[in-house]
Amino acid sequence: MFGYTFQWNQALARLPKMLDGAVVTMEVAVLSMLIGILCAILLTLLRLSGSRSLRAVAAGWVEIARNTPALFQIYMAHFGIASFGIHFSPFVSLLIGITFNNAGYLAENFRGALKAIPDTQIRASRSLGMSQTQAFRYIIVPQMLRISFLPMTNQMVWAVLMTSLGVTVGMNSDLYGVTQDLNALTFRTFELFAIAAVIFYIITKIITLGARLIAARLFRY
Amino acid sequence: MFDTALSSADLIFLAKGAGMTIVVTAISVAIGTVLGIVFGVIRVQLGTVYAAPLTFFLDIFRSVPLLIQLVLANAFMGMVLRVQFSGLTVACMVLSLYTAAYCAEIVRGGIDAVPTTTRRAARSLGMSWGQDMRHIVMPLATRVALPSWIGLALGVMKDSALVYVVQVTELLKSTQILITRLQEPMLLLLICGAFYFVISFPLARFGGYLEKRWSND
Repeated sequence: MFGYTFQWNQALARLPKMLDGAVVTMEVAVLSMLIGILCAILLTLLRLSGSRSLRAVAAGWVEIARNTPALFQIYMAHFGIASFGIHFSPFVSLLIGITFNNAGYLAENFRGALKAIPDTQIRASRSLGMSQTQAFRYIIVPQMLRISFLPMTNQMVWAVLMTSLGVTVGMNSDLYGVTQDLNALTFRTFELFAIAAVIFYIITKIITLGARLIAARLFRY
Repeated sequence: MFDTALSSADLIFLAKGAGMTIVVTAISVAIGTVLGIVFGVIRVQLGTVYAAPLTFFLDIFRSVPLLIQLVLANAFMGMVLRVQFSGLTVACMVLSLYTAAYCAEIVRGGIDAVPTTTRRAARSLGMSWGQDMRHIVMPLATRVALPSWIGLALGVMKDSALVYVVQVTELLKSTQILITRLQEPMLLLLICGAFYFVISFPLARFGGYLEKRWSND
């Protein structure tokens, strides 16, 4: 049918290496998500703060993260910062780039979630004797995370997909990097990348299904 | 410190890259939106069960990194089918389907947001399915869908930075070529980032404004 002989065996023989790559991909995605959530909470706090310059910093981060390509942000983390004499490894550059992106998008989600929490709750918690920090930590943040759980799941999927950009800064241990190295060795481009695509598909499905299960357990009430 | 080897010819080179970014985005968004509307309407009309194959097909474009989609499409065209398409064609084909996958989701959300009772009322008044779609569903669904669609179009513009893998020299790639030659990464990246930002930011704001203005509460 095609003038091309598929050689799936050659590609499948490399599956263990690719699965190792998938583990690295997951590591980057999970780390970037965890740090990203922390940064996003911080950004949300900064956006609420009284200081004008702090608010500007937070707004600048969010708008740059949301209005430039993720690839640009990773380049910036790798080549841009390098011009100040600070050199990161590809892993760190990729992590910084994705985390920056995640934090920007999540902060915007958190802002929307914050609007959904009634002001009266803050006043109620304050009148119960909670300090501002306590009110934020025990009343606001848990609800914020809960309301933005679905957007966070989407962001997690995007984080996984974004790890494939690491190859542009020389990352070769993640799933895409491993696949590209194997491609250079064997030249079975179609077969190898098709397998990588299937692995990515399975990973994203596990994430969305897992998130649904967690949500069903956590948010029963 | 502020000396730069950047010449006006280099700026023109960057502008050409920016032009390519806009061309790729415009073609992909245009085709993708048409396809997305068709797919979205089909999905709503068929219902969850019968539309499952289509849903699965579109889901692939949203669950596999764009970089891999481009490499796969390129390999499939070149190595398997042995047809010679230009990088631009492959890039536009992949990005169009990618856009269509997201757009179908937006269209479906928009149609679902139109109350069933309103549509039944339209049909009871003697409107055909086509009339109902054109005069009732479309205006109401657009209000829900347009802000998300603007977001999608901007997302596609940002994602078009990845088409360098199929040898299309768009903005980010031309920036990278200049970085290799001039060794001034910070300046060049700032110019590149500023370009994306200048296009994306006002439109994103406009989308946010529409969303706020058109929401019912």
